[in-house]
This record gives sequence, structure tokens and C-alpha cells, in this order.
Amino acid sequence: MRSYTRWVAVVSGWGVLLLAAGAASLRAQESHIGKLTGHAAAGKDLYRRYCVGCHGPDGDGAGENAPWIDPKPRDFTLAVFKCRSTPTGTLPTDQDLLNAMTRGFVTTNMPPWRPLTNQHRADLVAYIKTFSSKWKTLKPGTPITIPAEPRLTIESVLHGRGLYQKMECWKCHGSKGHADGPSAATLTDNKDLPIRPYDFATGSRFMCGVTNEDLYKIFMTGLDGTPMPSFADNLQPADAWDLVHFLRTLQPLKTPEAALWKAWLAAHAAELKPIGPGGPGGGGGGGR
Amino acid sequence: MRTHSVSVLVTALVTGALVRPAMVVPAAPAGAAGTIGGKVTYTGTPPKMKPIDMAKEPNCVTQHAAAPVLTENVVTGPGNTLRWVVVYISAGDQGSAPATETVRLDQKGCQYIPHVLVVQPNQPLDIYNNDPHSHNIHPLARVNPEWNRSQPAGAPPIHTKWELPEFIPVKCNVHPWMHGWHMVLTTSHYAVTGEDGAFTLSGLPPGKYTVTAWQEQFGTQSQDVTITGGETKTANFVFKATPY
Repeated sequence: MRSYTRWVAVVSGWGVLLLAAGAASLRAQESHIGKLTGHAAAGKDLYRRYCVGCHGPDGDGAGENAPWIDPKPRDFTLAVFKCRSTPTGTLPTDQDLLNAMTRGFVTTNMPPWRPLTNQHRADLVAYIKTFSSKWKTLKPGTPITIPAEPRLTIESVLHGRGLYQKMECWKCHGSKGHADGPSAATLTDNKDLPIRPYDFATGSRFMCGVTNEDLYKIFMTGLDGTPMPSFADNLQPADAWDLVHFLRTLQPLKTPEAALWKAWLAAHAAELKPIGPGGPGGGGGGGR
Repeated sequence: MRTHSVSVLVTALVTGALVRPAMVVPAAPAGAAGTIGGKVTYTGTPPKMKPIDMAKEPNCVTQHAAAPVLTENVVTGPGNTLRWVVVYISAGDQGSAPATETVRLDQKGCQYIPHVLVVQPNQPLDIYNNDPHSHNIHPLARVNPEWNRSQPAGAPPIHTKWELPEFIPVKCNVHPWMHGWHMVLTTSHYAVTGEDGAFTLSGLPPGKYTVTAWQEQFGTQSQDVTITGGETKTANFVFKATPY
């Protein structure tokens, strides 16, 4: 009897310790966004109410709605995220995750979560970080530096067009940005599921925002987990802005870039070589 | 009584921990290192490797005009041998020095050369694009961070490394047939089989080892081998091949 009570004491003692450790690790999972501090413990209840249906109780993207959703819900256990301010292969910042949740993902089933308060969204950010141990072993990447957007000129657009050819954006996005390049049909994501490139002709919002700066970030950080790579190794910031200016002309939108391009084309269309396999720089081997 | 048994257990653990270093095989005298060698073969019918249609990248079609490239997930040699099998010490390794020489991966003719490469954690890995068009290198890492970087024609090599042991499939999204493996192993005792399916793991001090052979489609096999001195032990692996 005496030894029995001793064992109960020992076992429950360890139990309390383990529970305390668990609670501590949960408490350690916080998010920090501006002045806000998000708490995973608070995020858990919100997650079960708003997110679990698609992302699943284990955060692996296998919620009960998942079979009917394309593209599939994010698998948080991989800690791989599309929309980041940080270089490819690094974790996003808490702010990046909050932005993604707030903005939602256009053309997917992920809606904008603006109706939730900032605090709630910060709590959810903290909670979704508990699904992967990478958040304990790795630090978020350092956000890339984006210099101020230079003045829009026709030279900038034309140089951007040359880069669209040279960097072979057209291989997936198509020579006119219609998402019909030679490699478009066979693209798969990091779970080998089919995925489509962005179609500029739809004029829809980008996966990671609407501004020129968002567009800059997309190809300089890459959309991790998707076929969209980072071009940061081979594009200088000035080049990147030129590419942004050109990409805007591919959208059927009333942007300053499109207006400038249209006016220039009216007089110079015949000077342009079409983009594609036979375009300037051939298969992309041409120098600047 | 309970307390007693607990204390015995604790004593055993503590003394075990203390005694253990003394039990480790003393530094092997020079020349006493053994070798494990063998051959990797298959039984049954392996899948036929198919010619790859590289029409998406006319330049690569031209590069392989003489003979089309075949898929590489099961590459066999005469005598039912298997190529691209990684054989390594998976248990019993008595310490491997960190590797410092740079491993090279080439992208040429829309292929990864080599198809399977082995690196140790933090060993420098340089990735070259030798083609006159771009590739994107997309390692589908799970334990290590997954990344995806574009490498246009003429771009400098990508200097990278893997920090944690993992078998990482690598693909190029632009050319969906391009597929390779980065095998990150903590041990320096490994070999990748060639056409003859043969491997040799040398410089093994006396001890008990587990040797594992990995083939990308047929999985892994292991066997235990004990090395007592400067001997050569044979460990052959036979994978059961199925056509699908």
C-alpha cells in the first residue's frame, strides 16, 4: 500500500511535469505582429471553429472538406508557405502569415478572414505554427529588401519584356501571359498534384496581393511548394522592377504600365519580335 | 522493495553509462580496418525504362538525337545487376568525419548528372546548369527546408548544402521528366552502385554494422555484418523486382 501510494505520487508527479512542459511549449508558441502578441492556446479554439473543416484537426490539410477542394488546403505540418517576404527555403514572418490569412487566396477556397479581429488572426498565426517543429528549430528568414519603385518608362517595360523572354517566364506563363506555355500543362506542386500557372489575361489579383511590390515579391522569393521558383539569384532589383512593369502590361487592366505600353505599341508594334522559342535570346541563352 | 529495485535500476543505468566508454572497441590498430563488399541484383521482372519525350525542350531533343534518354528509376545491367542503389552503414558507424570536398550536380541535356548523389550534412553542393536554357531546381525536402530556385542559361552555380539527413527527391518543374535524388547521409561509409551493381565499403574498424541498400523504387533492405579485423566480408542484396 505504501509503495502503491509512492508510485501514484511518482507517476502523477511526472504527469504534472509533462503537462507543464506541454503547456510551456504551447505558451512558447506566440506570434508577434507589430504591437500584437498572438497566443497559440487562444488560437486553438478559433482554429477548431474556423479552419479545421479544410485544414484538419492535425493541420495537415486533410480536413473533411479537403477532398472536394482544389487546390488543396495548406498542410501546416510541412511549414512550407507560398506568400512570404522572405527568401525561398525560409520560414515566413508572422506578419506574412497574418497577411495571407487576412487577404485569403484568390481563385482558391481560402477566403479573406477580415471578419476576425486582428488579435484573433494573430492567435491563429501562433497556433498554426504549432503543427511543425520547424518553428522551434528554425528562425523565419530575413525579409528581402525592396528598393523604391523606379519611374515607369518605356525602356523599363521593354527591358522587362526581354527578361520575360530570357528568364523563360513564358515556358509556363505563355508568350502572352495566358498561362499556356509549353510546360504549363504538366506542372505539379510539392505533393505531385496538378497546378496551374497564373493567367495574366484574367486580370485577377495575384496569389500574394495586388500591388506592384507584391508582384516583385512573388518572383523574387518564389511561391514555395509550387513550381514558381525564386529568381533572386539572377535578377538585380532594377531588373526586377523592369519585369514588374512589363508583367503589368499583360493584364487587361487600366494600369499606367498598360497605358504606356499601348501607346508605344501603336507606333512600334512591328519592331517587336514575338516572345517564345524563337524570340529574342532564342531559348533564353541570349545575354542582356 | 520497490525503492530497492528502482535503485538497482538506477545503479545499473549509471554504471552502464560509466562503463560504456571502456567497452567501446579501443582505437583500431592501423591496418585492422575491414571492408564490406557485395553486389546488388534483382529477381523477377523489372519495369522497362521508357524513352523520354523531350519535345517541350527542342534543344534537349537535339542533344540526344543519337539515342533518346530513358527513364532512370530502375536501371539494370548485365547479370541482373541494379544501378543507382545507395549502400551505406545505417547503424554501427563509429564516427564519420564531416566531409568537406564539394559535390557537383550537373544539369545537362535536361538530365540530372548524377541521377543519385550522396552528400553528408553541411557538405558543400554545387549545382551547375550546362544547358543553353533555364532550369528550376526544386528539391522536395521535408526534414530540410524545401526551396525552388531558377537557374537560367549561363547563370553561376548554386552553392548550397543540406543540414539534416534525408532522402530528397529533386525535380525541375519546367521539364517534368527531370528527376533526381539527394541522399543526405551522416555516415562517410557509402557507395552508389554503377552498372555492375557492385559496392565496397572500406575502412571499417572492428564492430557490428548494419548495412542498408536503398533503391528508389524497390525501397530498402538491411543486413547485419560483423567485422572483427582486417577482413573483407560479403553482403549481397537481392531486390524483388515488379514490372509496375
